Amino acid sequence: MGSVRVLVVRAAGINCDEEIVHCWRLAGARPDLLHVNELVANPRLLDDYAVVTIPGGFSYGDDLGAGVILAQRMQHELASPLREFVDRGGGVFGVCNGFQALVKMGLLPGGVFGRDSLTVTYNDSAKFEARWVKLEVCTDKCPFLGERAADTERAARFSPRGRSEPKQAAARQEPRPPLMPSGRVLELPVEHAEGKVVTATPAIAEQLLANGQVALRYVDDQGRTDRYPANPNGSVAGIAGLCDPTGRIFGLMPHPDRHFDHTQHPCWTSRTATPFGRGQGEGTPADGLTIFLNAVRHWCGATA
Amino acid sequence: MAQRDDRTMRRWHVEVRPRTPALDVHGRDVLADVRQLGLTHVEGVRSSRLYLFEGPLLESDIRLLAEHLLTDPVSEAFEYREGLSTRAPADGVIEVHPLPGVMDPPALSAQDAAQGVLRAEGRERSIHQVQTARRYVILGARSADELNTIAAKVLANDCIESWFIKGFGRHDAIPDAFPAPPLRPFELRHVAIRALSDDQLTRLSREGHLFLSLEEMRAVREHFATLRRDPSDLELETLAQTWSEHCVHKTLKSAIHYRGENFGEPGQVEVRFENLLKDTIVAATRKLNRDWCLSVFVDNAGVIAFDEDYGIALKVETHNHPSAIEPYGGAATGVGGCIRDIMGCGLGAKPIASTDVFCLADADFDARRLPAGVLHPRRVLKGVVAGVRDYGNRMGIPTVNGAIYFDERYLANPLVFCGCVGLIPRNRIHKKPQSGDFIVVAGGRTGRDGIHGATFSSAELTDQHADEFSHAVQIGNAIQEKTLLDAMLIARDHTEGCLYSAVTDCGAGGLSSAVGEMGAELGAVVNLEKVPLKYSGLRYDEIWISEAQERMVFAVPPDRLERFLAVFRKEEVEATVIGSFASDGILRVRYNGTTVGELDMHLLHEGLPRRSLSATWSIKSEPRASARADVGSTTDANQLLLAKLADLNVASKEWVIRQYDHEVQGRSVIKPLVGPAFGPSDAAVLRPRYESYRGIAIGCGLCPDIRNIDDVADPYMMAICAVDEALRNVICVGADPDQTAILDNFCWPKCDSEESLGALVRACRGAADAAIAYGLPFISGKDSLNNEFSMSAEESRRTGLPRQMAIPYTLLISAVGIVPDVRRCVTADLKEPGNVLGLATADARVLPLKGAAELHRQVSKFIHSGKVKAAHDISDGGIAATVAEMCIASGLGAEVDLTPDSGGGWTTCHPTSYVLEMSEKDAGAADCPLQIIGRVTAPRPDGNARLRIGDMVDISVAELAQAWRSPLAQGGGK
Repeated sequence: MGSVRVLVVRAAGINCDEEIVHCWRLAGARPDLLHVNELVANPRLLDDYAVVTIPGGFSYGDDLGAGVILAQRMQHELASPLREFVDRGGGVFGVCNGFQALVKMGLLPGGVFGRDSLTVTYNDSAKFEARWVKLEVCTDKCPFLGERAADTERAARFSPRGRSEPKQAAARQEPRPPLMPSGRVLELPVEHAEGKVVTATPAIAEQLLANGQVALRYVDDQGRTDRYPANPNGSVAGIAGLCDPTGRIFGLMPHPDRHFDHTQHPCWTSRTATPFGRGQGEGTPADGLTIFLNAVRHWCGATA
Repeated sequence: MAQRDDRTMRRWHVEVRPRTPALDVHGRDVLADVRQLGLTHVEGVRSSRLYLFEGPLLESDIRLLAEHLLTDPVSEAFEYREGLSTRAPADGVIEVHPLPGVMDPPALSAQDAAQGVLRAEGRERSIHQVQTARRYVILGARSADELNTIAAKVLANDCIESWFIKGFGRHDAIPDAFPAPPLRPFELRHVAIRALSDDQLTRLSREGHLFLSLEEMRAVREHFATLRRDPSDLELETLAQTWSEHCVHKTLKSAIHYRGENFGEPGQVEVRFENLLKDTIVAATRKLNRDWCLSVFVDNAGVIAFDEDYGIALKVETHNHPSAIEPYGGAATGVGGCIRDIMGCGLGAKPIASTDVFCLADADFDARRLPAGVLHPRRVLKGVVAGVRDYGNRMGIPTVNGAIYFDERYLANPLVFCGCVGLIPRNRIHKKPQSGDFIVVAGGRTGRDGIHGATFSSAELTDQHADEFSHAVQIGNAIQEKTLLDAMLIARDHTEGCLYSAVTDCGAGGLSSAVGEMGAELGAVVNLEKVPLKYSGLRYDEIWISEAQERMVFAVPPDRLERFLAVFRKEEVEATVIGSFASDGILRVRYNGTTVGELDMHLLHEGLPRRSLSATWSIKSEPRASARADVGSTTDANQLLLAKLADLNVASKEWVIRQYDHEVQGRSVIKPLVGPAFGPSDAAVLRPRYESYRGIAIGCGLCPDIRNIDDVADPYMMAICAVDEALRNVICVGADPDQTAILDNFCWPKCDSEESLGALVRACRGAADAAIAYGLPFISGKDSLNNEFSMSAEESRRTGLPRQMAIPYTLLISAVGIVPDVRRCVTADLKEPGNVLGLATADARVLPLKGAAELHRQVSKFIHSGKVKAAHDISDGGIAATVAEMCIASGLGAEVDLTPDSGGGWTTCHPTSYVLEMSEKDAGAADCPLQIIGRVTAPRPDGNARLRIGDMVDISVAELAQAWRSPLAQGGGK
């Protein structure tokens, strides 16, 4: 599976590139780090990749709001190349600051929703929140979270521009059950001061849920989405992650890149039952890593 | 700079505010602080941000920027007007602006981004200047005085900001032009030092902020008398920076004759130390002679071996004086400075974790008793936490370990310790600049910020310090440091080898120290006009000693310069050649061709007169300064335990911890809160290399108020306890004590009395004796002396505080230990009902240090065997609080059999002891002195776990948790 090529974007203040590159490698992909200026100067570089990743951090200091300046830098030169990239079957993945930038660029939630329909803003608690949360998978359309068989086949036909058809062997893969069916709960840390998702109207949140664009929601033990600190920032409908109507643009506030090994879970040394369930054992992939594994599985036939 | 054309130059301001009050979280946060001042009638606060622009900007340009760059289309609204000062009408308004010359990172970002937005729209504009400001409407305020109080106590700090009030008849005029920093025309100035009397020398030292002793001033006078010329102001400044306590630790390195109490044995002694530091701390390391110590005491940080390929660098710094004046900026630049120490270690280490320790007065200190010129401890706490948070989080360095210690004696001199851990390839540990190498300064530009920081740290604080030293305060810009780090690591790991031969940080003393240190054996030529400036008008000596943040100095060989500069250009980091290293041992400083300083490196580094001092100490018991520990008045053991847990020094620091990103970089294995219910961790564990389960543990020890049974406070014992605590903490999580190194940070009051110096001698000896006994080499250290504050007799009467406030003798020991396999780490939370709890204590019959050393190794071996399920060291709260914390962390209960006297008091501090959990079977096979004291119990059917201690304590864990969590739940002071 070493064939899935992933572009990881770097910029001033992006600070989670190292671990996200490691996650992609663990999952079997071939990640390359590239400075956003180089990508802006030559958007054709996208052609070589199956997935573009924007990691977390404080791009350009978040001085004008989280992700605003990075979004601004990418907006003019990259918004439409990225759109085309996704139309051809490519994936875009934003974590934390990367998610904020995707929202501020208008790539998320995308579709009929413009930049003025949804934003990410300051946590209700008015402070930085570092804590582990539980997330419920709420969609079947996002290949990063698991997918339907039809998507697997479509992905297998995906071909980067200028490349030959994918290998037949890859295209004939058996559809497998998703690693993260909707309803499954995963555990990841959040680490942010501006993670509250706000919609311009309550109807927009409902539409997003109905469309399957709400990919992940914060939940507590009773499945409620509106309780602090289970919902650490006050997001509407507990929204923690969104995807576009294709499911291939996916962004989330929590950090899957900080849960790639069982020793990262806050209770891994505990043997007793915990609010997070039992500490995960070795042998099964940690929740965060599963997201990368899903993506690699989805796109593995995509690049030669 | 673009040609300024006043015909088209226009000024605008854009105000951006939350669209609804519900979205105004910053306003709500301010409101909570305002109410805490006692202004409970204030009903609401509406906050907004202001962007002030100057440039050839049309109205359509401003509208475009406001709409597409400055305002969030969903959560915010904007309005704009031409001019800088006209605002929408409102009453009860406070506007806060940065003072001229103070760093304003969002303004720099806004300027850059705005030009980009306009360019993308085909409107190429050269925006002349941008400034940001904050605006608040206070709803329900009753007078202009009240607004002023809110501004001064909550919203602004007058040493970096000014404010303007409108309301209740007051209408401060907001300037309609950007303030211009003062222009200082070039004029080479000399100081006629040869003609000065001793009295005049003393005055020059104090008034010129040189803070050199008379003896040192005389040495300078004599040197220039020999040269038959007077020094330039720059030469004098260079000497003062290089010879400052901050840079050379001259007190710790002086010869000291000590007479007094013996060290660890009864009787009196008389000892002469030729160099206190060398004869104690450094001697311990030399004596231990561990081959895994790769670099000790010679660089910006100490380095130990991690594995065959990498070393671990560790440094802990203090930033006390700046944090007393401006807690946010002081702590942030303290973090930034310590990170640069790691970046400047060897050929550059990659920072992978930070630590922070604060010593403060109680957050609920009675505000009416606050001396003039002192910030309230709650404000200090909030500020320093925010400073550490913003700098560390933005740099992407996890803050993984720390402590907060409360004691009233830190009221006027809060202590801020910032630590940083780095990962460095073993072939990048050593550096050596070469003659002919270019001197390159990279990173931030130089401004007037942070002038005299190094010498300021030698000053005693007074109520005037905020005015006198406001220029010493710096504001950090973490993103600039992050890009500098990115560029440096690319140049370090370049495919053609490291592109530079040496690097050091630009910290205290600015370029004068950085260049002076790097060129100590070579000499150097520096052309100050080449240094990139934030604004024009700086004098040559200001450029030379400015401590502007986020700068590093590199020595770059001529044949690598082009590639070096290309890397930095690509990363958008400014790097500029400002001179070169010489070979004649002379430091030559020029400004536009004129020599403004010429100093012999030998004078700089060897010319400081060595001091010979006397010190003494006699053991005496003294009442504790703070009454906090006195909970003996209550006889109800339940209440006593609850009071212990609610003691600020024991209580949960979760409010602080959760504001720090402690997981960025994905290396954190044991985090600051452990167990399913989040109890306190003894130490942090990181996995520096993703491909390996080998780890490091980071812990600290600090016990400034420790007493023995006779209530005697002895700095010798204090130092031993600090070393012991640091070691216990890392052992508990699984570190190997045979691969653990330590660092010292001494924070002392003035050392001008024999007694205070005697205390320092005793602490150094204690630390060294413990280090040798435990096999823990010191690898680096730092001291901060002169932590005193003086106030008028009248203030002293009014506040009931001593006229001269001195901090307690404080020694922070930080420990870093290798964890052979992180998968065997242990945490403090209880694991399994039915397991037994054992108390491991040193055998009191052998020599205290020897017995303790043995115990530490036995416990460590036991933990490494995998049989220990939970381990927690006994610290400030005694055994009962230790077990309570283990219950709180797990949600499980315990039944413990302790009598009030077992093990020297069950709620008092209990050095060198651990509580361990294991199965009953494994307890029998334990190879360490273990007294079984109880058993882990399951929660009752109703879900409540209980802690029972003999027949004295029977209390629910939920109640314990509540007591432990509430005191600092919102930053204290409720």
